[in-house]
Amino acid sequence: MTDWQPTATMETLRQRARLLSLIRAFFDGAGALEVDVPVLADTGVTDLHIDCLQTRVNGRVQYLQSSPEYYMKRLLAAGSGSIYFLGRAFRDGESGRRHNHEFTLLEWYRQGWDEHQLMAELASLVTSLEPAWDVEKHRYTDLFKRATGLDPHSAPLADIRDCASSLADTRFHGDERSTCLDLIFSLAVEPSLPQGLVLVHDYPACQAALARLGRDEDGNPVARRFEAFLNRMELANGYFELTDPAEQRRRFEADLALRKAAGKPPVPCDEYLLSALEAGLPPCAGVALGVDRLLMQWLGLGDIRDVLPFAPAEGGHD
Amino acid sequence: MANYSTNEFRSGLKVMLDGDPCSIVENEFVKPGKGQAFNRVRLRNLKTGRVWERTFKSGDSLEGADVTDLDMQYLYTDGEFWHFMEPDTFEQHQADKNTVGDAAQWLKEQDTVVVTLYNGAPLSVMPPNHVELEIVDTDPGLKGDTAQGGTKPATLATGAVVKVPLFLNIGDVVRVDTRTGEYLSRA
Repeated sequence: MTDWQPTATMETLRQRARLLSLIRAFFDGAGALEVDVPVLADTGVTDLHIDCLQTRVNGRVQYLQSSPEYYMKRLLAAGSGSIYFLGRAFRDGESGRRHNHEFTLLEWYRQGWDEHQLMAELASLVTSLEPAWDVEKHRYTDLFKRATGLDPHSAPLADIRDCASSLADTRFHGDERSTCLDLIFSLAVEPSLPQGLVLVHDYPACQAALARLGRDEDGNPVARRFEAFLNRMELANGYFELTDPAEQRRRFEADLALRKAAGKPPVPCDEYLLSALEAGLPPCAGVALGVDRLLMQWLGLGDIRDVLPFAPAEGGHD
Repeated sequence: MANYSTNEFRSGLKVMLDGDPCSIVENEFVKPGKGQAFNRVRLRNLKTGRVWERTFKSGDSLEGADVTDLDMQYLYTDGEFWHFMEPDTFEQHQADKNTVGDAAQWLKEQDTVVVTLYNGAPLSVMPPNHVELEIVDTDPGLKGDTAQGGTKPATLATGAVVKVPLFLNIGDVVRVDTRTGEYLSRA
């Protein structure tokens, strides 16, 4: 008989419901408005490494959103003030112990804040669930140097590539800096992080995505981006948001050029977002947090399937 | 052979890596931040038995390996080769010492074993988990010593030497776990 049973236990599902209600209570008490924006849109993301699922609605191609970011920024530009979203997001090709192609995302934007204020709020949300989790805050550069001896900003590409190749037990040729940095961070820096919540900020400028650029205290160009790691598992990614429409369009186009070079299908740029930025996105910081992963750490479970009511059957994906 | 992309990697999938057939042991999807996704893969080299850990960019692919596991009957050895037969087709295969490896000490004629074929030729031989073999040499048994738990070495019909309880004698048949080389019981 086909195994029709849920993959999470009933106790886990009760804790899951409790977590969702605690998150809502946190933001309702902190002056952010819940917005349940659509998961379907005319465009996906241009990001080289995120593939949106596509479907057809009344014969027209629609993209399942990999994050509610563009809709939320349009709301901010329309005067919403600080907002949060708690719902589903979708990413094709992402399946594993820490990934599922549909997952629950908490994303929120604070108008008038920068990334450091937002990191502090993220820490207070996470530690409200488990006060025993310690919080540490580090610059990307410092963690990277401590784990590898290399400076992610100034080390020659050849050295970065050698480091990535030896960690991966395979040769990387001609790979751009960002790919090698990602690999080194995953294989060498993440395992070296302490338990608890670790906030990592001042990312290399080549990893800006939708963050503003700035300079760190050493004068290196950095992205005003941060990530949060909980018990060495990536939990959240945030930005002091880019608000300049010309720079946004330039990054979309750079992404599309990379997609084309990689043989991936093009994605239309979100003109609604660009128009909203033209009209004026207020200064804000935003962050997206994987709720399934937070639940895994809260309950001490090692596989995302254990916290999903119905995980995809084995054999579809590892 | 077909090519397999990282999203088709499963444990047990046989692929070619650096010219050798390998079996995937574990495949972990790693996706840092906004970056390139990777697959951390552990593979067992089927020639050497060594386990490799390799990282692939998600979407990379490996050529499938023409590797199949078949149940075969062990026939005999002529000293140089060990001979096996497919029970359905009666097709015979011969494997050299290198291929048979440690399995040789557990092979009893007529037993069914798993022979792994690579491009149609034997690559490795896996004996049954449990075999029953006759003791051909050991010190004389000590009557009444069944409770003491002492052991002594015994040479079995296939040449394997295992530790057996003191009360067993030449001519007794014992069950042995081939994975650990340990005596299980009297057969």
